[in-house]
Amino acid sequence: MPAFIPPPLPSDDKRWKIVNGTMRKNGFARNALIETLHTVQSSFGYLDDDAIRFVARTLRVPLSQAYGVATFYHYFSLKPPGKHTMTICAGTACYIKGSEKLVAAAAKRLGIAQGQTTKDGQISLMTARCVGACSRAPVALFDGEVVGEMTGEQMIEHLERWAVE
Amino acid sequence: MTIEELEQIAKSVQQENEKYDYEVNVCMDLACASQGAERLREALLKSAEASGKKVLVRRTGCMGPCSSGPLVRVDPEETLYHHVNAENAEAIVSSLGGKPVPGLQCDLNEHFDKQVRVVLENAGYIDPEKIDDYISRDGYKALLTALTEMTPNGVIHRITESGLRGRGGGGYPTGLKWGTVAKASGEVKYVVCNGDEGDPGAFMDRSVMEGDPHRVIEGMAIAAYAVGATKGFIYVRAEYPVAVARLTAALRDARRRGLLGNGICGTTFNFDVEIRLGAGAFVCGEETALLASIEGRRGAPRPRPPYPAVSGLFGKPTLINNVETYANVAPIVRNGGKWFFNMGSERSKGTKVFALTGKIANTGLVEVPMGIKLWEIIDVIGGGVPGGHKLKAVQTGGPSGGCIPADLMGLGVSYDALMAAGSIMGSGGMIVMDDTSCMVNVARFFVEFCMTESCGKCIPCRAGTAQMYTLLTRICDGVGTMDDLDLLLELCDTVKNASLCGLGQTAPNPVLSTLKYFRNEYIEHIVHKRCPAGVCKIQYPQEVLA
Repeated sequence: MPAFIPPPLPSDDKRWKIVNGTMRKNGFARNALIETLHTVQSSFGYLDDDAIRFVARTLRVPLSQAYGVATFYHYFSLKPPGKHTMTICAGTACYIKGSEKLVAAAAKRLGIAQGQTTKDGQISLMTARCVGACSRAPVALFDGEVVGEMTGEQMIEHLERWAVE
Repeated sequence: MTIEELEQIAKSVQQENEKYDYEVNVCMDLACASQGAERLREALLKSAEASGKKVLVRRTGCMGPCSSGPLVRVDPEETLYHHVNAENAEAIVSSLGGKPVPGLQCDLNEHFDKQVRVVLENAGYIDPEKIDDYISRDGYKALLTALTEMTPNGVIHRITESGLRGRGGGGYPTGLKWGTVAKASGEVKYVVCNGDEGDPGAFMDRSVMEGDPHRVIEGMAIAAYAVGATKGFIYVRAEYPVAVARLTAALRDARRRGLLGNGICGTTFNFDVEIRLGAGAFVCGEETALLASIEGRRGAPRPRPPYPAVSGLFGKPTLINNVETYANVAPIVRNGGKWFFNMGSERSKGTKVFALTGKIANTGLVEVPMGIKLWEIIDVIGGGVPGGHKLKAVQTGGPSGGCIPADLMGLGVSYDALMAAGSIMGSGGMIVMDDTSCMVNVARFFVEFCMTESCGKCIPCRAGTAQMYTLLTRICDGVGTMDDLDLLLELCDTVKNASLCGLGQTAPNPVLSTLKYFRNEYIEHIVHKRCPAGVCKIQYPQEVLA
């Protein structure tokens, strides 16, 4: 059997090399699919069709399987994120302390539903299953930075700062 | 590496520490870090340098009472300071050798007195990024003892003797599981650490992985020796980037010290560990789904048998344990099975770490001996419900558990007692609810969680949870009927008994337990169109308003 030759990179964007690096590190094994998609998401911010196709072909997994995995796991996003992302934790401790109200207030302020990005591409509103900072509930992440004991006013203030940037 | 060499390292760490007159430990766990612990640590370093005193400023894992954070402990006096900010750094440093800083001292003696620390014994005492700190507190001694003085069967015997049961929630006897994998035929075997802490409202495993990563690795290595595996995987949530970074660094350091790799410590034992990232799927906490995910597939469970102990990862015999289970292994090997067996209640041995959150004064991480009464955790350790509110229920086990009402607080914490009360031990989330929580709404919250997290493979779970959610929403909206309640119960029965995996089988628990203890709240919603806690927004029907 001839040795497997991986397909060429989709473009000369340097980030593809990082993606390829993860696959090579895992010996182009099929079970590296999730690891590779993690690298794609951390390099590009989301998974687009080209990336999923490229990864599927390189790892020799059916496109349906790659797409299935990409859509099965909540952590993967198929849409590009906004410039800023606010993630409100929707874990049990946060729920008990009123995270639902925060989500509703943020959605109203931004005019979008959770999981969406504002039209100007500035802010994405996300919810998380639990970020593990339960003792400081309710918790929100502003571009990954954890802010605990969040009040509605604090949150709106933060969003306003982002909106004018 | 030999035991003598380990002792040598421990000694040199001790000598290094003796150069300092004081140790200032700063908790850098997520809760404290989110309140400026990093800035505080830098300020302490600066003040210490300026003062000319011999002060060691150390970053540590979670000290426990997160609601009092950021926390600082000064040794050797063991003075604990709470709500410390960078401006307090100078005062703390200048108080060294004299009286503690007034007004900053944390008075939580009762909080700590009731606790017994086994899993968390190093939390707050070591720098998680320094392997030598871990070694100086008897780290890796258990692994070396096992490798050089014990047979694999001897290790399994010791674990069995300790009475340790799975800390992921199921409570399966760990020794028995190890024995099954050890007996399974096959050249290649795997050990897997389940760090997919999907239970919303729980963060014990995150704290252990971040605060004491070597403890988990040592536990896995001992397990691998016992069952005859050479390769391990730690499956961690991608939502825990710090845990991933700490574990990665810890694995690298362990390899450098020859505590992982080929021919560990001059024996013929080979073992190495790889990290695999989860991607946000609660169902991956189920063992067969977790294995599918490590194999790079969708996290869908499969019927058992065959159990992973016989045919698991890549079809090979596989041992899967939770983070906290592995964290218990090293102390058991070090101190003996009897030592562990003597802690806890009749059928639940040792200690359990809980993430105490919700409507409670002292939120944070606690470790208690099994058998402790619930009221002791809530009132004494937790400091009770704040704001003059009344305790309504304690939720354990997350979406798979149930709500235990206030009048059952005399219950001792054990696998069997919690099960009998309609909940489960779970992985350790303990959420306190007061009279501002509506139990119907809580049940709906958990069912919604299970509905969205259902992998969709089996119909009872996929369709059943969706129907349960619709019915609960009707009740919350004030348009439910008593027939809906009957239908809900019937569905619970079906989903519980016909689902493929633990997710579906336990999904009805929040509904069943609230129906058992808080049926009146359901009736209020249905008959009187009223939410007693004022959570559900019920639109009054026209005829009532008229």
